[in-house]
Amino acid sequence: MKSQNNSLQFSRRNFLRTSALAGGGILIGFNLFNACTPEAKPPVDISKLNFNDFNAFIKISDEGYVTIFSPNPEIGQGVKTSMPMIIAEELNVSWDKVNVAQGILDQKNYQRQVAGGSQSIRFGWDALRQTGATARQMLVNAAAAKWGVDASTCSAVDGVITNANGDKLGYGDVVKEAAALEVPENVKLKDPSEYTIIGQDIVNVDIEKITTGKPLFGLDYKEEGMVYAAVLRPPAFGQKLKSFDDSKARAVNGVIDVVRIGDKLANLSGQVNFTRVVDKVAVIATSTWAAMKGKKALVAEWEHSKALEGTEKHDRELMKILDGKKFDVRREDGNVKKAFAQADKVIERTYESPFLPHNCMEPMNFFANVTADKVHLVGPIQTPAWAAGLVAGALKRKPEEIHLEMTRMGGGFGRRLYGDFVLEAAEISDKIKKPVKVVFSREDDMAAGTYRPAIKYRIAASIKDGKITGYHLKEAAINSNMYGLIPNFFPAGCIPNYKVSTASYQSDMTTGAWRAPYTNFLGFAEQSFFAELADELGKDHPQLLIELLQNVKGTTDERIQYSGQRMEDTIKLAVQKSNWGKTSSGTSQGFAAYYSHNTHVAEVADIEMVDGSPKIKKVTVAVDCGIVVNPSGARNQVEGGVIDGIGHAMYGDYQFKDGKPVATNFDRYRLIRMMETPQVEVHFVQNTQTPTGLGEPGLPPAGGAVANAIKAATGQRLMNQPFINELDKARSKVLG
Amino acid sequence: MPEYKLKVNGKTVSVNVDADTPLLWVLRDELDMVGTKFGCGIAQCGACTVHLGDDAIRSCSLPVSSAVGESITTIEGLSKDGTHPVQEAWKEIDVPQCGYCQAGQMMTASAFLKQNPNPSREEIREAMHGNICRCASYNRIEKAVETAAKNS
Repeated sequence: MKSQNNSLQFSRRNFLRTSALAGGGILIGFNLFNACTPEAKPPVDISKLNFNDFNAFIKISDEGYVTIFSPNPEIGQGVKTSMPMIIAEELNVSWDKVNVAQGILDQKNYQRQVAGGSQSIRFGWDALRQTGATARQMLVNAAAAKWGVDASTCSAVDGVITNANGDKLGYGDVVKEAAALEVPENVKLKDPSEYTIIGQDIVNVDIEKITTGKPLFGLDYKEEGMVYAAVLRPPAFGQKLKSFDDSKARAVNGVIDVVRIGDKLANLSGQVNFTRVVDKVAVIATSTWAAMKGKKALVAEWEHSKALEGTEKHDRELMKILDGKKFDVRREDGNVKKAFAQADKVIERTYESPFLPHNCMEPMNFFANVTADKVHLVGPIQTPAWAAGLVAGALKRKPEEIHLEMTRMGGGFGRRLYGDFVLEAAEISDKIKKPVKVVFSREDDMAAGTYRPAIKYRIAASIKDGKITGYHLKEAAINSNMYGLIPNFFPAGCIPNYKVSTASYQSDMTTGAWRAPYTNFLGFAEQSFFAELADELGKDHPQLLIELLQNVKGTTDERIQYSGQRMEDTIKLAVQKSNWGKTSSGTSQGFAAYYSHNTHVAEVADIEMVDGSPKIKKVTVAVDCGIVVNPSGARNQVEGGVIDGIGHAMYGDYQFKDGKPVATNFDRYRLIRMMETPQVEVHFVQNTQTPTGLGEPGLPPAGGAVANAIKAATGQRLMNQPFINELDKARSKVLG
Repeated sequence: MPEYKLKVNGKTVSVNVDADTPLLWVLRDELDMVGTKFGCGIAQCGACTVHLGDDAIRSCSLPVSSAVGESITTIEGLSKDGTHPVQEAWKEIDVPQCGYCQAGQMMTASAFLKQNPNPSREEIREAMHGNICRCASYNRIEKAVETAAKNS
């Protein structure tokens, strides 16, 4: 097994720089991701750097208060709390003296200022600790120099430095001196047993603002003279604007202008999907409501040159792929064909999933003010650097003229990786020469999605002498296929003859990443399949997985990053905590385990049948994410991920007809609500491994655990999502 | 545009807007009170929940003309200093993930607890069923309402 700890090494001097502040205090700059990504190129000459070269800062005031500027976008995954916690831990300050502020996008030299892939904590771990520890050492060195003693005889606790004589100095007393010191190298990091902040339940740093309704999100941002824009986009994928009449829109009270947008984007070919950015009409007004009313009053004609797509066509095309032979082989071990030919039995199943919209609670929106000297952008975006680059390209501006501020985000789930709404705001402001906020209605948001693509999996396994000898996973997906190391996830390395084949159908629908891309459905399909294999072999599902996992232990295959031992331990913890197999009558259980985003997860769902319908009562979760930085935030992510996974597996159904989505608001698109939610009980495997992310890994096994519990309760094996459609079909069959 | 006098969080304010303007957009765009959130615009998600008198209502679907003469309470006015039992419980349980829906959740919870100060778990789940939390912090919302009931 390859080590999970990708020990991201760097030299202190390459990323830290201090400066005394005019108003008192010290500013420590560090380039978090430049410092820690393996491919990063350190600056050649440190003396020529200025603070623009850094993307994150710690400010320590003369009074000893610490402000930590959190570099990564906050979408609800908790990094605005947990990343500063790691710095504060090594800095040795008490958490109540720490203030956290959102860092802005640094246009130079950053490597990764992105919320996505559950990687913020994993990539930031070393750099955040080293930064805090280096700052602490500099403050201690400054105090030691003042006292004329050796720094090694001094210690720092809760922002106070003490020497051997018992003399004390606060951080605030020595910040000026510390700022002038050399940046020390090879500072000592704490042993996890010494942690006083990491491992504590720390409440969300924005809790006061959230609970009192203070401006915080993109939609809350305002500037003097700002106007509002609602944008009319093609109603069907594959359509283009033919003509429009804005006379009625202009007559709406408060509407001040109507502009066609999308024409400046020709030079972005290849970077963005054109069906999303070209040919739109923006209604500009003095209020959101007037802009929305004006948009409704637009009369537009649309045209298309080929047949518009729908769900039935997508289903046909994906099935054609699965039945055909044109695949890319993504991984192949042994000889699957031979194993299947020599098998006692081959089991093959097909699993189907629909498109899914993201439905962030805060609809897409962005502020832009394009002026002669700069482009000011403010709002919720998971990929600030990429969006800024798009704007620079579209408006033909220099990258350094783009100033982007990130707000807290009312959810991301992958939708805010795509900067189409940032482009819209910038283009409108450029046209009307005013500061403008683009606001999507819920209908706009759902209908102009970058959807989770519809995917079908066909999984086949061969059984010989009571053992699984071969495994072949085929993926047919809309637009694009599984990425990165996914073909090397479990059961790669566990089954001697193993193959993953993928193929896609190019569609007019715009698709993209959706919380736990690909694995959000693959986790369900695979673990449903293994439950069936376990039944076939007369084995217990978790026991079968543990048996298979023995084969991957000690592997030297670097593509395999999951750990047989850690997965086994995680499975055992879930089995123990859930009372697996020992529940009271009336309760049925289902199991699923899945590794994704560098985190190992196992889940057990407990369901009861109520009036012929499954009621999910409880989900017991075991998680190995290494060191748990903020247990409260970590549990929250897992609880949410599990319920989100169940909600979309049960109800998520996004269909298209004639290129248009069938549902565009919550009256026809069902999201899980309170009465359908189980109690989620989260248990962490205790270890001192490098922490990994939690925004996504809780989700993929959830649907599988529930489907396997439904099978245990009813005998019905669910192959397709959403489950509700399958359950309804079965019920109507029974009722005849 | 006609003028409307509204009573918001104990203060009388006047706005000049079209009669059909939803109270939500009057609060957000005209009165700069952005604590009340826009989620769906059709009273399905509960992000825009405010109190009209003692009742929790969906401000995205209430025209300003219908709010005249009523006492309107928003998240900004739920308490003077953020210490309403519901706000305190939300902090104690560390409820939010993204936090966007939480003002609406708290306004629904506070109106519900006024009517039913000692609810059962099932009653809490029913009362909160109308508010969507896309991050699915439902377990914590449930616990926080229970905690608020105990502490008030």
